[in-house]
Amino acid sequence: MSARTETWTWLAQRASAAVLAICVVVHLAMMIGAVRGGLSAADILGRTRGSAAWALFYGLFVVAVSIHAPLGLRTIASEWLGWRGRGADAACAMIALSLLALGLLAVGAVTL
Amino acid sequence: MTMVDWRNRGHPAYWAFLVHRVSGLALALFLPLHFIALAQALNGVDALNTFLAWTRAPWVTASEIAIVLALGAHLTGGLRLLLVEFFGWSRGVQQALIAVAAGIALACALLFALNVNAQPVADPGRPLLRL
Repeated sequence: MSARTETWTWLAQRASAAVLAICVVVHLAMMIGAVRGGLSAADILGRTRGSAAWALFYGLFVVAVSIHAPLGLRTIASEWLGWRGRGADAACAMIALSLLALGLLAVGAVTL
Repeated sequence: MTMVDWRNRGHPAYWAFLVHRVSGLALALFLPLHFIALAQALNGVDALNTFLAWTRAPWVTASEIAIVLALGAHLTGGLRLLLVEFFGWSRGVQQALIAVAAGIALACALLFALNVNAQPVADPGRPLLRL
């Protein structure tokens, strides 16, 4: 990967981290409150179904994590396993697309 | 392993790095399972409730608390890294930042553990003591 692409992946990792920081704070606060006394499907879906705000919020959360997590795994593969190059980049892209597809499916399942 | 390597491992920043990496790895492995679990809602409310009932097993609850700890640790460790990289908060405050990050992560996990184990609010119409 060229130095320019490496710079862009570094920036993408940090920019997605900044977005995730806000998403995770909201998610943690909501989750800690929501689990009190037990969770039910009615509780979860009652809050999220039909809500454009939650759909947008969790959609953004999924996009950011689909960028951040595969880039982190790529760094771990490079530094701990010595796996780098095209194969590692292709695996990173596959993980990103899989996470994005699964994540958006989950967001759709609880908000639509 | 050289003496320098061992000395680096004694530094709090090394442990902060290791916690950030291991927590990130755990979260990356957990994410697909989390998404698949939520997608159960596509099969109806009952399917999601069946899954939620399974999560009440003690070992699942313990795993949830561990993943919340990992999320808190990765969040606060990541914020620390952003402060170091973009605002140059690297001199003198490193150990304090690491301690604050660890404290907030532990507080998140403890709050989650307390709430997830809290009993449902009693039905006001139900007698408190059944004889």
